[in-house]
Amino acid sequence: MAQSEITQADSQSPLMAWAMRGGIGWVLSILPLSLTLYFASLLPTITSGTVLRVSYTWIPSLGVDFAFIVDGLSLTFVLLVLGIGTLVVLYAGGYMAGDRQIGRFYLYLFLFMGAMVGLVLADNLITLFVFWELTSISSYLLIGYKHAYYSSRSSALQALLITGAGGLALLAGLVLLGIAAETQTISELGSRHELIVNSGLYAPILILVLIGAFTKSAQFPFQFWLPGAMAAPTPVSAYLHSATMVKAGVFLLARLNPALGDTPAWQITLTVFGAITMALGAYLAVSQTDLKRILAFTTVSSLGTLVMLIGIGGEHGIVAMMVFLIVHSLYKGCLFMVAGNIDHETGSRDVSILSGLRREMPITFGAAALAALSMAGLPPLLGFVGKELIYESTLDARFAAAAVTTVAVASNILMIVAAGMVAVRPFLPTGTTRHSTPRHPHEPPISMWLGPAVLATLSAVFGLFVVQVMQPIVTQGAAAILGEAVEVKLKLLPTSITGYFLLSVLTIALGIVSYLYARPALMQAGKATRGALEDGFVNGFTDLVNNTQAFARWITRALQSGYLRRYVLITIGAVVSVASAALLTRADLSAIRLFDTPLFLWETATILVILAGVALVLRARSRLTAIAGLGTVGFGITLIFFFFGAPDLVMTQFSVETLSVLLFILILYRLPIFTTISHRYSRLRDGIVAGLAGLLMTMITLLTIAGEELKPLTPFYAEASYVEARGRNVVNVILVDFRGIDTMGEITVLGIASLGIYLLLTLRLAPADGQAEAEDSTGKEQL
Amino acid sequence: METLLAIVIGVLYAAGLYLMMRRSIVKLVLGLGLIGHAANLLIFVTGRVQRGSSAVIPPDQTVLVAPFPDPVPQALILTAIVIGFGTQAFALVLLKRAYQAVKTDDMDAMNTTDR
Repeated sequence: MAQSEITQADSQSPLMAWAMRGGIGWVLSILPLSLTLYFASLLPTITSGTVLRVSYTWIPSLGVDFAFIVDGLSLTFVLLVLGIGTLVVLYAGGYMAGDRQIGRFYLYLFLFMGAMVGLVLADNLITLFVFWELTSISSYLLIGYKHAYYSSRSSALQALLITGAGGLALLAGLVLLGIAAETQTISELGSRHELIVNSGLYAPILILVLIGAFTKSAQFPFQFWLPGAMAAPTPVSAYLHSATMVKAGVFLLARLNPALGDTPAWQITLTVFGAITMALGAYLAVSQTDLKRILAFTTVSSLGTLVMLIGIGGEHGIVAMMVFLIVHSLYKGCLFMVAGNIDHETGSRDVSILSGLRREMPITFGAAALAALSMAGLPPLLGFVGKELIYESTLDARFAAAAVTTVAVASNILMIVAAGMVAVRPFLPTGTTRHSTPRHPHEPPISMWLGPAVLATLSAVFGLFVVQVMQPIVTQGAAAILGEAVEVKLKLLPTSITGYFLLSVLTIALGIVSYLYARPALMQAGKATRGALEDGFVNGFTDLVNNTQAFARWITRALQSGYLRRYVLITIGAVVSVASAALLTRADLSAIRLFDTPLFLWETATILVILAGVALVLRARSRLTAIAGLGTVGFGITLIFFFFGAPDLVMTQFSVETLSVLLFILILYRLPIFTTISHRYSRLRDGIVAGLAGLLMTMITLLTIAGEELKPLTPFYAEASYVEARGRNVVNVILVDFRGIDTMGEITVLGIASLGIYLLLTLRLAPADGQAEAEDSTGKEQL
Repeated sequence: METLLAIVIGVLYAAGLYLMMRRSIVKLVLGLGLIGHAANLLIFVTGRVQRGSSAVIPPDQTVLVAPFPDPVPQALILTAIVIGFGTQAFALVLLKRAYQAVKTDDMDAMNTTDR
C-alpha cells in the first residue's frame, strides 16, 4: 500500500522510524492526559457544589461572550472526552502505525477534541454553536480520512450534510431562545424557564433545537448516518461514535433541560423518539455480521436510551441518564478498540468467520469480556447499576410507563445478544471448524490493548466503588441538568427485592436464552426488514440529495443560460415585478400631478423629434438609419438641456453626440444590414417586459417630482462658488474645484478606456486567422 | 411639462432595454446609448427643471440669485455624458474586433465559453 511505504530518509532517522511505528501516540497522549489530570483536580471543588465560570467579552453588542462553565454536567463530559481521548490518541499510534498521513490524522483528531471540550464547557448559546459546528466539520474530516475510497467520502458527506443541516436548525433555535429568554448565557436560562415556555416562541425553539440534537445524536429518523460513519478509521469510531460527538446532542438536551424541559411536549417527544431509536437500534444491531456495524447500531440504541431518559426526566430519569452515559462511554469505547484490534490483527471484522481468538489475544479478550458484561448489565459492573436505574425510571415514567418499560426490556435483551456477538463469539471456539483469517492473529502492541484494558477495568472499578466514585459527580451532574440541588444515593446491589431488580434478572435470563437459541431467527428477521429499516433511510436520503441537486441544475440552467439577452430579461423582469409591487402597495400614486405647466410649442416639437428618433432606431433595417435615429435622440436631448437652463450640458452633449455619430459610422458602416432573427413571440415578450420597465421608470420619475424637494447641497454651492472658489459658473466650479478629485477619477476612466481602445485596435488576432488579420489592417486604416 | 419628459424617459428606457434583449450585438450597443440618454434625463428631470436662467452667478452678485436651476444634477450629468462616451467608444471598438473574430454580430455565436 502506498500509504505504508516508508521512504529512505525516514528509515534512516531512528526517531522518525520509531514515531512511524506508533511511538508518536505515546508522545501526543501527554497533552490530553495532562488536561485530564487538570480537570480531574477540579473534581473536589465541583463535587462540593461549586460552579466555576470564566468569561471573555467577544461581541458585546450582540450579547455574545466567550463564556465557559464547569459544573457537574460539563466536568463529566470533559473527563470523558479527554480521558477517552488520551487512550484513543495512544491507540491510534499503534493502529495507524506506518500511515504516511498520520500527522494529518492527529491534527483532525486534536481539532475535534478541542471543539468537543469547548462545546461541553460553553456557557453562551453562540459560543456553544460555534464549537458545535467545529465538531461537525472536524468529524467530516475524520470520517473521510481514507479519502481515496468513494464509500469513505460519501459517508463523510452524508454525515456532514445531516449534522450540518441540523446545525443550521440549531442556530435558528438558539437565536430564538436567546430572544425569548433575553439572555445568551446558558446558566441563566434555567431561571427564565417560565418566560421561555410562555413566550410563544417555545414551539419553534423546541422543534429547531430538537432537530439539531436529533441529527447529531442519530435519533430516529436520522439514525442512518451513524452506521455509515463507520467508514472512518476505528480509533475515530471509538472516539466520535461512542464517547463524544454523537453524545453532543444528548449533552445539548441535558444542558437545555432547565430552560426547555418540564413540559408535556418536551417529555412526550423525547420519550417517544428516544424509545423508537432505542428499539430500532437494538433490533438492527443483532442482524449485522460486521463488528463495527453491530457496535454502531448498539450505539444508536444507547443514544435513544439517553434521550428517552432525559424525556422521562425527574430525579430518577436524570440520574439514570448520567450513570448510563458514563457506563456507555466506558464499554463502547473499549469495544470499538477491541473491534479495531481484531480487525487489525486478523484482517477481518466478520463475526461469522471469527472464532477462538481467546488464545492469541488474551488481553484483548479479557477487556472485551468485561466490557460486554457491563453492556449486558451484569453485576458487579457499572452497567448493572445503569440498567437498574433505567428500569427504575421507566417504571416511574409519568406516562405510558408500561409501554416504555416493555420497550426498554426488549432492547436490553437484544443488547445482551449483541454483547455476546461482539465479545464472546470471536473469542470462544465455536463447534464448527475454524475459518482462516486473512492474517494470522496475535496480541497487538501495548498501545493498542492498554486503552481497552483501562476502560474495561474502569467499568469494574466504578461499579464496585459506585458510592465513592460515581455518586458525588452524578449528584452534581443531575443537579446541573435539573436546575436544582438533588440528593442521589447510588448502590451497586439492591438491599431488597424490587420490581426493577426482578426486571433485571428477567432481562439477563432472556438475553442469555436469546443469544443461545434465538440468534438465527433474529438474524433472519433483520435481513427480511433490512430493505425498509436500514437501506430505506439511506436511499431516501440519497434520493433527497439527488433531487435537490437535480433541482439546482435545472434552476441554474434556466437562469444561467449563457445568453446575454436572457440575463437582461430575467434581471429586468425581477426588478420590475419587485419594484412595481412596492410602488403599488406603498407609494401614494394620487400625489402625481399629470397636468402641470404647459409646454411651449418648440418644446413639444423637440419631444416629438426624440420619440421619432427612438422609433427610427427600433425600426431601422440598415445600420446607418439606426445611427441617424440615435443621433436624433442625442441632439433632441441637447435641446431639452438648452430649454431648461443647462448651457454646460448643451455644449458637452453636443460635442459628444457629434463624436459619437462619427464613431458609430466609422465602425458600423461596413457591417451587414440587420436581419430579423428572433421569433415574433420572443419579440412580443421582450417588448412587454421592456415596456413595463419603461412605465416603471416613468412612474418613478413622476413620483419623485411629486414628492418633497430635498436639496441639501444646492444652497452651499450657490453661496460658496464665488465666495470661496472665485468661479461664477457654479457647475464648472463643482466639477473642477469642490469635486475636483472625482473629475480626476473620471479622466482616469477615460484614459483607461482610450488605452483599451488602442490595445484592441493594435491587437493581432491568432495567426491561424489570416483573413481576420487582413481585415484588421483595413479596420485600422478606417479609423 | 414634467409629465411629458417623464414619458420620454420611460420610452427611452423601454427602447434601450428592448434593444439589449436582441441577438445582434450592434443593437445591444445602440440600446446602451439610449439607456445612457434615459439615465441623464432622469437625473435632470428629478432634480426639477425650470425654464430660462442658468446656474451662473451674475457679475454684480457673489451668490446665485433665485430662481436658478440646480447645478448639482447638472454636474452629475456632465460627468455621466463624458464617461458614457468613453464606455460607448470602447464598446464599439470591442464590437468591431469581436465581429472580425467570429464573423457575425449574432451574440448566440459568441457565448460558447459561457455555457
